[in-house]
Amino acid sequence: MNLRRDVFQAIADPTRRAILLLVASQTLTAGAIAANFDTARPTVSKHLQILTECELLTQQQTGREIHYHINAKKMKEVADFIEPFRQMWDDRFNKLESIMKNYKPKK
Amino acid sequence: MELKTKVNAEDGMQDLTITREFDLPLELVFKAFTEPELIEQWMGTKVLKFEGKKFGGWQFETSDPKGNVVFKADGVIHEFTPNKRITRTFEMAGVPFGVQLEVSEFEALTDATSRLNMHVIFESGAQRDEQLKLPFKQGINWAHNRLEEIVSKLK
Repeated sequence: MNLRRDVFQAIADPTRRAILLLVASQTLTAGAIAANFDTARPTVSKHLQILTECELLTQQQTGREIHYHINAKKMKEVADFIEPFRQMWDDRFNKLESIMKNYKPKK
Repeated sequence: MELKTKVNAEDGMQDLTITREFDLPLELVFKAFTEPELIEQWMGTKVLKFEGKKFGGWQFETSDPKGNVVFKADGVIHEFTPNKRITRTFEMAGVPFGVQLEVSEFEALTDATSRLNMHVIFESGAQRDEQLKLPFKQGINWAHNRLEEIVSKLK
């Protein structure tokens, strides 16, 4: 299964939205975040991994603990409604570029 | 990192610009915009009609896998200058966004790179903003559908 790591995927899940809300007000460790949910710890870890891959969260290693911060810049992009529109055109144009790079004119 | 595709929509205005630099010669970008089978590939829509000339018309339609039409748009071409400019109207069926005027300008940067500048003018600022929000709503729906699919496979 190969899921695209995009911000839509991140914010479409209620648990991930709840994690973002938690971390928005304070920096927390994975354990402290998991303590807020009934969900199994590995499930929360998976959500944290997805949010990190989407760059909505950033990790900071302090000794043996990893602290999670919210990435305000990326969050602003999500809030900014132009971004999905831009991404839609960016996807289309990237596709155009790859198609035309392989384009062979017909005789 | 510098973004390859830029969108500029100023608050309170009724237009927007989309700018893109391509790693392709000008002629190839223009071709991708004007040959129906190429448009179909990168736009992901069916081209029912595309007349690349002044007074020509165009018509796109997209269906889901079940055959239901999910997107329909059409318009007329006001200017068609090869490798330079296309001016056309754009109207999506079934949505209250009115009709838009699109001016697409193509320019060569080097022999192997080029730039596209699209200027889209809406009837009102409110219509522009509604149109901008559309992919956001769809994106969320698609993410939900994808999650539903995954979850249904787990059952």
